[in-house]
Amino acid sequence: MNLISEHLLSFILFVPVLTALMLLFVPSGRLSLLRWGTLIASLIPFGLAVALWVRFDPQQGGFQFEEYLRWYPPLNSAYHLGVDGISLTLVLLTTFLTPLAILASFSITDRVKAYMVLFLLLETGMLGVFLALDLLLFFVFWEVGLVPMYFLINQWGGTNRNYASLKFILYTMGGSLGLLLASQLIGVVAGTYDIPELISIWPSFSSGELIGLPVATVKAIAFWAFVIAFAVKVPVWPFHTWLPDAHTEAPTAGSMILAGVLLKLGAYGFLRLVLPLYPAEARLYGGWLAAFATLAIILGALGAFGQTDFKRLVAYSSINHMGFVVLGVAVAAWATGTIDSIIAVNGAVLQMVTHGLSSAGMFFLVGVIYERTHSRNLNDFGGLYAVLPVYGSILVFTAMASLGLPGLGGFISEVLVVRGAWPVFPLATALSTIGLFFTGAYVLKSLRLALHGPLNERWLGKLSEINPRELVVITPLMVLLLVIGIWPAWLLGLINRAVSMWF
Amino acid sequence: MTIETLIWLIPLPPVLAFFLIAVFAFRNRSLSHSLAVGSAVISWAVSMVVFYQAVTTPAFNHHPFVSQINWLPLGQGWFRIGVQVDPLAAVTLFFVAWTILMIFIYSVGYHNYGQPIGEHDRPGLQPHGASVTGADGKVTRVPSVEPMYARFFAFIALFAFGMYALVVTDNLLTLYMAWEIMGLCSYLLIGFWYGKPSARDAAVKAFLTTRVGDMFMLLGLVALYWLTGTLNYRLILSNPGVLEQLSEATSPVLGLSWAGLVGLLIFFGTVGKSAQFPLHVWLPDAMEGPTPVSAMIHAATMVSAGVYLALRFFPLISAGWTPGSALTPTLMVMAAIGAFSALFAASIALAQRDIKRVLAYSTISQLAYMVAALGVGAYVAAAFHLVTHAFFKALLFLGSGSVIHGMEHGVLHTGEHIDPQDMFNMGGLRKKMPVTFWTFLIGGLALSGFPLVTAGFWSKDEILSGALDGGYTVVFVILAFSALLTAFYTARQITLTFLGQPRTGSAEHAHESKPVMTLPLVGLAVFAVAVGWAGIPEDFPILGGLLPNWFEHFVGSMLAGHGEGRLVGHSSLPLIISLIVAPLGLGLGWWVYRAVPAKAADPLQYVLGPVYPLLKNKYYVDELYKWIFIRPAVWLADVFTVQWVDHNVIDGIVDGIGRLGLWLGRVFSRYFDIPVITGTGDMIAFGTRKLGISLKWIQSGRVQQYMILAIAVMVILGGTLYFLLA
Repeated sequence: MNLISEHLLSFILFVPVLTALMLLFVPSGRLSLLRWGTLIASLIPFGLAVALWVRFDPQQGGFQFEEYLRWYPPLNSAYHLGVDGISLTLVLLTTFLTPLAILASFSITDRVKAYMVLFLLLETGMLGVFLALDLLLFFVFWEVGLVPMYFLINQWGGTNRNYASLKFILYTMGGSLGLLLASQLIGVVAGTYDIPELISIWPSFSSGELIGLPVATVKAIAFWAFVIAFAVKVPVWPFHTWLPDAHTEAPTAGSMILAGVLLKLGAYGFLRLVLPLYPAEARLYGGWLAAFATLAIILGALGAFGQTDFKRLVAYSSINHMGFVVLGVAVAAWATGTIDSIIAVNGAVLQMVTHGLSSAGMFFLVGVIYERTHSRNLNDFGGLYAVLPVYGSILVFTAMASLGLPGLGGFISEVLVVRGAWPVFPLATALSTIGLFFTGAYVLKSLRLALHGPLNERWLGKLSEINPRELVVITPLMVLLLVIGIWPAWLLGLINRAVSMWF
Repeated sequence: MTIETLIWLIPLPPVLAFFLIAVFAFRNRSLSHSLAVGSAVISWAVSMVVFYQAVTTPAFNHHPFVSQINWLPLGQGWFRIGVQVDPLAAVTLFFVAWTILMIFIYSVGYHNYGQPIGEHDRPGLQPHGASVTGADGKVTRVPSVEPMYARFFAFIALFAFGMYALVVTDNLLTLYMAWEIMGLCSYLLIGFWYGKPSARDAAVKAFLTTRVGDMFMLLGLVALYWLTGTLNYRLILSNPGVLEQLSEATSPVLGLSWAGLVGLLIFFGTVGKSAQFPLHVWLPDAMEGPTPVSAMIHAATMVSAGVYLALRFFPLISAGWTPGSALTPTLMVMAAIGAFSALFAASIALAQRDIKRVLAYSTISQLAYMVAALGVGAYVAAAFHLVTHAFFKALLFLGSGSVIHGMEHGVLHTGEHIDPQDMFNMGGLRKKMPVTFWTFLIGGLALSGFPLVTAGFWSKDEILSGALDGGYTVVFVILAFSALLTAFYTARQITLTFLGQPRTGSAEHAHESKPVMTLPLVGLAVFAVAVGWAGIPEDFPILGGLLPNWFEHFVGSMLAGHGEGRLVGHSSLPLIISLIVAPLGLGLGWWVYRAVPAKAADPLQYVLGPVYPLLKNKYYVDELYKWIFIRPAVWLADVFTVQWVDHNVIDGIVDGIGRLGLWLGRVFSRYFDIPVITGTGDMIAFGTRKLGISLKWIQSGRVQQYMILAIAVMVILGGTLYFLLA
């Protein structure tokens, strides 16, 4: 037990990989063993993450549960892990969503073993990003997460999966190129890859020349390299077009994780690296960030409103919602140290969680209806509420959470971001309410076409109601959305402590 | 239990009922309505206790009931939420509790509890009636129970929760939350019969139209939070220092003061929720919902919430204004929107045939009275009209539901294919439905402000005198003329529905609703008369002073220390006008419609000529919005964002980069890879091969040839060496 408690983060991080290794020895035909084994094993990281949360001391500043192991001495890069309130929140989110996504994948029948192995590797990749406190390690996990997702889309995806998976991996890798180069630059110049150390060295590093250019220019270029890498992942307008394709073609559980966690990697990168490493540049270019965030909010919502493909609509809604996260980041970039900045980042981090929950729920529900009708076209549905009352009510609930209805998660986070942004970027804030309006429009459009109206008779008697396994997937999401909506303090308290120390 | 704890408990029973019905009781009709009505009774009882405590507490406005808890940790501090009952909240609580309870009880009958299940009924559509075989083997058609009975009660319970929470809360954020939850409930309930395209579209329209106002309100909320660091009523609205500061600081928008700007933004919330022009379009369509929902929306909850918000924030909205001075821009906007909406909606109501639509437009018009009253600073009058209107409008809606119910009974009986809501298909219902008639008459008289006996008279008179005494003659004239129209269309409605002879077989066979529906009507009718006695002005001729003007003292105390709403001078002109217009309009309406034969056109059609279609089609505002807002929005989404920006431009660039990569690869492969690298390699390989081929004739397998060859080579080699060495 001592071993586990001393290396809690490593266990959380590598239990999925160990599980994947063990799965390799299970015969491919043993489907239920593969499924249940993966599900139960994926609950272990969640349990450990909860233990981590219980033992975490929110009052204490800095990182906790740190682990340090020399990894690559010539470069001064180390296996350095640690959590603060922000990363802990996201670790909880990741380990919470993964078992649900695996349970949602029980309907997969094709090459189950490979699928589950990839899923577990994906989890490790994502957790590694949240836990790493070493820039090189961060980058390694950043890229590790891409590969399984590529194969999940490419092998288990829809009809246009080749285009979508290629677009996904090239877009993200293209974005990461700059990140890789800039990280190397920082590492070489600073002589270390340790993130806490870099945060104290790098921002004050300002005089002289680097590679024949003034430092300020080099830092500005490096800043944008980081920003673009993370902006692609979030995604911020105009780097968003991989997302609708990837989401639409990915298998249901892949979309859940993609929207639920993968997008948060980008936002986390902004908070963990961009703002602390480049405070001056962030202050300088914060306005641009706010402008792109506002465009993401408005055009994401309009894009969603313009869809008739249900899954694509939900995919676009992610662009819209993640825009608020970036708006919060922009506020922190511009007005670090003010109460506005703290409120906005609180909202942004909370929004990551609530969007993670609601979008995972939405993608799951789209998957549920797709499995029954083999259609994602909203115009093919109509009046389904009459035949699927339970499913319909759950869809309304989750859609309302996505809409940001008060009492369900998304509302508080959006209000906090808007409140934080108002004094800093009043015009952007005012314009972002246009996006909020269209959020309502596209959510209601999807409900209107799917559930309401005259019943499309071709489905009469052909659709089965949501089954118990599916209820087990969606219920925890709904409960959590409701709990966060009514009493956010238990989570926001954790976030607020960390945010107050950082921003 | 302290009174503060009790206040916290007021909104809880309905929301508990909602979750219990939604999760456990959704298959059981009697359990679900018991839960809902039971929760309404509890909330009502607690509200009455709180109300009683409030009115018996001396100097209550100085010691309102308050309680707070920490809710959101932000930075070093907390955002606190809590409950507050002050005079305004207390009177609102009073009418909300009564109307909600009456509507809940009424709904049991309206949804045909105890009736058989219709054989063709389907969730999402109105019940079509069931065939029952009597003991004598005769088949009769009877009303059938609502297929989504439990769901209805779950939704209205949530609706009630939203309204109770909105009334007892002590800050703008939780008010906004309750406000939005009511928006959701109105969406769910207007679209309750979602299988009907019209209901489905009306629901979306209601949600989105009010959301326009809500977005402005949200901006007002964050601006206020930023300016004052709090959203608590006491810290802002009862704090003259803060109000003064806000009214003196100039905002960057149109030279308004911050108080004016925030007030205006918050007022836009009211415009949406209380269906004022230009966001009024959703309310008439909201008639697609079941009638108890209409009563809920039009009286007890939604629209009242909008005016309640404006009343609540009146100190902020009117900051910088004192009675007698010129109106601030924000107040001016309110007065203008109010006066315009009052006349606009009243004129549309003249030409509607649907019994509920007339009432819907009258709601817009009556709410506009309140808005206009606030705009001219008549705070108490607006609050008073809010209360009286809630009672008589709930009464009228439930009455119209009873009429429709009776008519549907007739339709089932006769098998006619007529619209049971069209007043021109009714007539003579007075004798068939006496309780409904008398209570509806009381409600109608109150709506038209029939002098002295009805509550509507006292509150409307207050508004008119507020407008004139403040010197806002234009507002006064418009409102007075609207009052005439109100009386006229009310008389038209009552005459067409209840008086004269039945115009269809269905009207002939209509019959009175069950007591579970008519008793709430009687209860509300009592209030529609009696509430007025609480606010008789003390200087009113003869009657004034017989009863203390309790309402004015109680609610008016809200503004103590701030600009007092009501002026001392009381001209007798508004009173005279009030006394004249209602009977005049009523008489005129009765006279015009007293004997409309079956299948006749509306007599007004001849009188108004070309104006009539304009009114009937609501001034074509829906069509206008469709062209200037909806279609451009759809274009912006479908064509501009998705097709142009994302597909053509951004993906064009992305795919272009991909194609550029492919092209570069191909160029590289064609002009370098293939000729240079491959070429060199191939050259070596092919060259060797060629050489081999060209030499292979030597390998003939004949030893003699090999010998000759060997000798030849030796001779040549030897010769060469000899030459070189020599």
